[in-house]
Amino acid sequence: MTANQTELSFAFKKAFPVMIGYLVLAAGYGLYMHNLGFSFWFPTIMAAVIYGGSVEFIVASLLVTRFAPWNVILVTLVVGFRQFFYSLAMLDKYRHAPRWQRLLLIFGESDETFSVNYSLTIPENLNAELVYSYVTVFNYFSWIAGAFLGGFSGHLLGLQIKGLDFMMTALFIVLFLEQFLKEQNHLSSISGLLITAISLLLVGENYFLLVTLGLLVIEYGIKYYLEQKQVFHHDID
Amino acid sequence: MTLIEQIITIGLAAIANFTTRIFPFAIFRTEQTTPFFVRKLGGFLPPAIMAMLVIYCYRNVPWLTGNHGIPDLLAGGITIILHLWRRNLLLSMLGGTLSYIILINFIF
Repeated sequence: MTANQTELSFAFKKAFPVMIGYLVLAAGYGLYMHNLGFSFWFPTIMAAVIYGGSVEFIVASLLVTRFAPWNVILVTLVVGFRQFFYSLAMLDKYRHAPRWQRLLLIFGESDETFSVNYSLTIPENLNAELVYSYVTVFNYFSWIAGAFLGGFSGHLLGLQIKGLDFMMTALFIVLFLEQFLKEQNHLSSISGLLITAISLLLVGENYFLLVTLGLLVIEYGIKYYLEQKQVFHHDID
Repeated sequence: MTLIEQIITIGLAAIANFTTRIFPFAIFRTEQTTPFFVRKLGGFLPPAIMAMLVIYCYRNVPWLTGNHGIPDLLAGGITIILHLWRRNLLLSMLGGTLSYIILINFIF
């Protein structure tokens, strides 16, 4: 009982800044969907079943265009791609959790939940998997609550704000800037900007994400091959 | 889009999103058994993908007509400056969005 309480309170303390951030951010997302003309049920349910801010923003913008199921899958995979690498980083930390708990941890692996759990130093006497799970659950429900509050207050106040859709752009600019400041050299950032711009011009809106991703993997493949060759030659010398 | 199509869209997005998260657990299981190239690729791609998504957001800006995308670029610049200043996701996003709302409603 007391042990559980400690894990709960420890997790709450660590999750708290993200919970506040999620409430506000998700409220913005709820309001954004209201502006697109959706009932508050949409942001709330999407927050609960998708649970990924950037994906939800993009899917919301797709919901007001024509039905294109393959495009939805593609765009979601591309936008959610970085989560693949979060999971890679968490493989060894989440591996020993019981099955249902592991599923919960994987389902709830948002950007911020990942960065909190990844950097946690958990006291010896606490059950690490339980702490990870509490952090995940706290963040999850804050996000849903925020999405509901945003959508519902938009509904109550009848708010229609022109230009609120810039929120999605601002989110990606910040995520990009964070990556840009972190990388050792800017080959990746600059490739991303150039290749995307060129692909957009050449193949147009429908396929440029796929083409860009393919070209980036090829580019890295070449870079990797050249580096490996260099290492090999170096070994012989 | 009909309601059914919207529900399908949301469902597909939910499945695809969960797939990106569960894939390494389902396929590689541990860090040691993950191919070296995949791990290295994971270090390389994230900045490029974020850059791609920024351009994705700007894809429908009317560069040659109307306001020529000036408010979009200005608000983007403000977002960047705010973020370099405080490194606070929430502040940068809200500040950038607010400046865009002001620019597009009252100035352009």
